[in-house]
Amino acid sequence: MNPIAHSPHAHAPVSIGKVMATVLLALTPATLFSFWLYGWPAVNLWAVSLIAAILGEAFVVRMQGRKVRPVLMDGSGILTAWLLALSLPPYAPWWIAVLGSLFAVIIGKQVFGGLGQNVFNPAMAARVMLLISFPLEMTTWVAPSQAPGLLESLRITFFSQPIDGMASASLLGHVKTEFTRGIGLDQALTGYYAPLDMLWGSRAGSLGETAAVLLLLGGLFLIARRIITWHAPVAMLLGVAVPALLFNTIDANHYAGPMVHLLSGGLMLGAFFIITDPVTSPNTAMGQFIFGLGCGLLTWIIRTWGGYPEGVAFAVLLMNAATPIIDQYVKPRIYGRDRKGAALAVKKES
Amino acid sequence: MKLFDLRGGVHPEGNKDLSAERHIRTLPLPKKLYVPLQQHIGAPATPVVKVGDKVLKGQLIATAQGAVSAPIHAPTSGTITALGDHVAPHPSGLPVPTITLESDGEDKWMPIETVDKPFSLRPEEVAARVAAAGIVGLGGATFPSALKLNLSRNSGVQTLIMNGGECEPYLTCDDRIMRERAAGIVEGIRLIAHAVAAKEILVGIEDNKPEAIAAMQTAAGNSEVKIVVMPSMYPMGSEKQIIQVLTGMEIPAGGRPADIGVLVHNVATAFAVQQAVRYGKPLISRIVTLSGGAIRTACNVEALVGTPVQELIDFADGYAQPAARLVLGGPMMGQQFTNTNVPVVKGTSGVLALMASEIGHAEASPCIRCSTCVRACPVGLLPLEMAAHIRTADLAGAVALGLKDCIACGSCSYVCPAHIPLVHFFNYAKGDLAAQERSKLKQEATKKLADARNERLARIERERAEAAAKRKAAREAKERAAKEAAAKAEVV
Repeated sequence: MNPIAHSPHAHAPVSIGKVMATVLLALTPATLFSFWLYGWPAVNLWAVSLIAAILGEAFVVRMQGRKVRPVLMDGSGILTAWLLALSLPPYAPWWIAVLGSLFAVIIGKQVFGGLGQNVFNPAMAARVMLLISFPLEMTTWVAPSQAPGLLESLRITFFSQPIDGMASASLLGHVKTEFTRGIGLDQALTGYYAPLDMLWGSRAGSLGETAAVLLLLGGLFLIARRIITWHAPVAMLLGVAVPALLFNTIDANHYAGPMVHLLSGGLMLGAFFIITDPVTSPNTAMGQFIFGLGCGLLTWIIRTWGGYPEGVAFAVLLMNAATPIIDQYVKPRIYGRDRKGAALAVKKES
Repeated sequence: MKLFDLRGGVHPEGNKDLSAERHIRTLPLPKKLYVPLQQHIGAPATPVVKVGDKVLKGQLIATAQGAVSAPIHAPTSGTITALGDHVAPHPSGLPVPTITLESDGEDKWMPIETVDKPFSLRPEEVAARVAAAGIVGLGGATFPSALKLNLSRNSGVQTLIMNGGECEPYLTCDDRIMRERAAGIVEGIRLIAHAVAAKEILVGIEDNKPEAIAAMQTAAGNSEVKIVVMPSMYPMGSEKQIIQVLTGMEIPAGGRPADIGVLVHNVATAFAVQQAVRYGKPLISRIVTLSGGAIRTACNVEALVGTPVQELIDFADGYAQPAARLVLGGPMMGQQFTNTNVPVVKGTSGVLALMASEIGHAEASPCIRCSTCVRACPVGLLPLEMAAHIRTADLAGAVALGLKDCIACGSCSYVCPAHIPLVHFFNYAKGDLAAQERSKLKQEATKKLADARNERLARIERERAEAAAKRKAAREAKERAAKEAAAKAEVV
C-alpha cells in the first residue's frame, strides 16, 4: 500500500524540467540567429559549452555519490552552459568554453550544494572569471560579415587560428577606446552606431547578445508563460535607461543615450534571461524590482565610469550578493497583519 | 457590487462537469449505519442510548458535551447494536467511538414539532433549535453552528456572508443544493440573519455556477438577501478570502470574523437551519458529491450520516478503473482514506476516486526559489522560506515567517514545479508546535504542583516547629510556676 499522502491531491502540470525547457525554447530563436550570423564557430562554441557542462556535472555528482540522471534531467546545467555560450565572443577558442562551463556548473553551482543552493549566477560567475583571467580571448570580437566555412570554423575554434582582418570591436568597447583617445561621442558613434543594425544584431558582440529583438521576444514569451514576471527585467531596463537619458540630456558628447545602452552588450540577455534566474534573485515581486533596478544602475555605472566597457555580468554578481538582504527586508504583508507583522485592530462596534 | 482584490490564489482544473448536471438522488437505506460521536470541532458527544435500544429516525442518540460540541441523532429508525469503535473518516483509519445502528427498513420519524411562523421566534430560540438539531458547518470546518450564532449575536455582527463559493475542484454538492433547494436555503439564510440581527446579507457564488446563481436570485427575489457573483478562483471559498473579496476587510491575525462584524456560513448549512427551525428536523443527512476519474458514474447523493462510503461507491456503479487514491472532501484540502467502511459524517462533502494522472504526483526535487508559491499564497506568506526553516527543525523561524497564519489551502503545493509537499511541511510543523506547547503546559503544571508540594511540606514543618516551640514555652512556664510556687512554699 502507498503511504498516506497529504493534500492537495492534485497538481498543476508543471515541473522543473518543463520550466528549464521553456527557457531553452525562449532562447532558441536568438541562438539560431547568432548561428546564422557568425556561422560555424558559434555552433562549435555552443556545442562544446553544453557537452563540457553535462560531462562536468555528471562527474562531480557521481563523486558526491548522488544519482546523476535526475540532476542532468532537470536541465539546469544545460541552461547555464547555454547562457554562458551566448555571452562568449563567437570566435573564442574551445578551451574558453570548456573552462567556463566547468567553472559554472562545478564551482558556480555544485560546490554550493547543487541546484537552488548557489548564491551567484553560475553563468555570470564563469563569464567574469574568464574575462578577468583571459581578457584577450574574451574581448576579441568579429564583425558578422563573412561567415567562415565548416572546416575553417573548426580551425578557429579548436586551433585558435588567428582571425585576420575580421577583428572588430563592440560598440561599448569602441566608445570606451575612443574616450581614452579624447574623442567625444559625436565622432565615436559616427559610422559605428546604426540603431536598426543594433536591433537586428548585425554588429560585433557576444554570440547571443546581439539580437536584441529576438531576446526581447523570448523574454516576452517567458512572461506570457508565467515562467518569469515583468518586475526584474523592466526594472533593469529602467535602471539603465533613466540615468542614461538624464546624463545624455546634460552632456550628449560624453554620455551615450538610452537607446545606445538598451541595445548594446548583454543588457537584453541579462534583463530577461540572467537576472530572472530564480535561484539567485529575490523571491517577492517588490524584491525583484529592486534587484532589477540595482542591476541596471550598476550596469550603467560600470559602463560609464568603470574600467570595462560592459558591466552586466559584474552588476548581476554584485546584486546576487545583495539578494539575501533584499529578501530579509522585503516581504509581503500577511493577511490580517500590518506591514510590521502586528495583528490588525479589532473593529469595535460604534 | 464592487468586489475587492485577493492576493495569490490558483486556478486548478475544475472537473465539476463530471457531476454538476446530476440531480441529487437519495441513497437507498443502508442496513447498518456507523455514527461517530465526534463529527464536529470540540468535545465528542455522549451517548444517551444503550445496546438493544429501539430508536426512531431523528431521535437524539448522543448529547452535546461541554461548551463546544454538537448532539447526534439517529439517521433512521432501528436498533442500536453496538457502542464501540469503528474506523474513522481520517487518514489514520484508526478506530473512534461510534454508535452502530441497524436499520429496521421502516425509516420511521419520531414525532417532530414544526413551526409555522419561524420568524416570530426570538433569536435565542432560533439558535437553541439549531443547537438541538446538531447542526455544524457543512462547508467542511464542522464548527457547531449555534455557537457561532450566539457568539455573533453577542458581538453585534453587521454582515452575514453566505458561502456558495465551492472553490474545491470536483465538488458540486453546494452547486446542486443551490439549484434544487434555493427557496429553503434563502429562508435558512434569513433565519440565520434573524438570529444574529445582521443588517446586510451577501451570498457569494463563483461565476462557474450560473444555474445556481440564477436559482438563488429567483429565490431571493426582492428580499434583503443579495446574491454576489465572484470570480472563480481557489481558495475563494475560504472564510478569510470570501470576507476579503466581498467586504475588503481582513480578519485580524488570531481573531474571528466577529471581530470585524462579520459572520460566515455555508449555503448548505443554511438549508439545514431551515429544516431544523421550520420542520424540526435534526441534521442526519447531507449532500455528497461522488466523483473522480476512477468513479464509473459521478453523481450527487443525499446520504444519511453513518452510511459506509462503500455503499456510495456501489451506488455510483463502482470503479471505472482502479483508483490510485481515495479522498474524502475535495482534492485541494481533502483527506486520503483507504478503508471504504468509513462512514459519511456531517462534514463529508465529497468522495473522490482519483486516477494517477489526476493526482499528478512526482518525487520532490530541490527548490529553485522560483517563488511561484509566494505568488500563489493567498495569505502573503513565503512558503519556500518557511519550508526551509522547518526542514532544519527551526520552528521558531517558521513561526516568525507566519506559519500560524497559514490556512493550509494547498495553493503553494499545487503550483510548486519542484513538487515539494509544502503544506505537508506546514501541517507537520503546526502539529509539532502544538505538541511542544502541550508539553510546555504540562511542565508548567508539574512545576506548579511540585512548588505547591514543597510549600506545603515547608508549611507543615514550620507549623510543627511552631507547635513544638509553643509546647516548650508552655512547659517552661509551667516549670517556672511550679518552681516559684515551691519557693513561695519554702518561704512560707
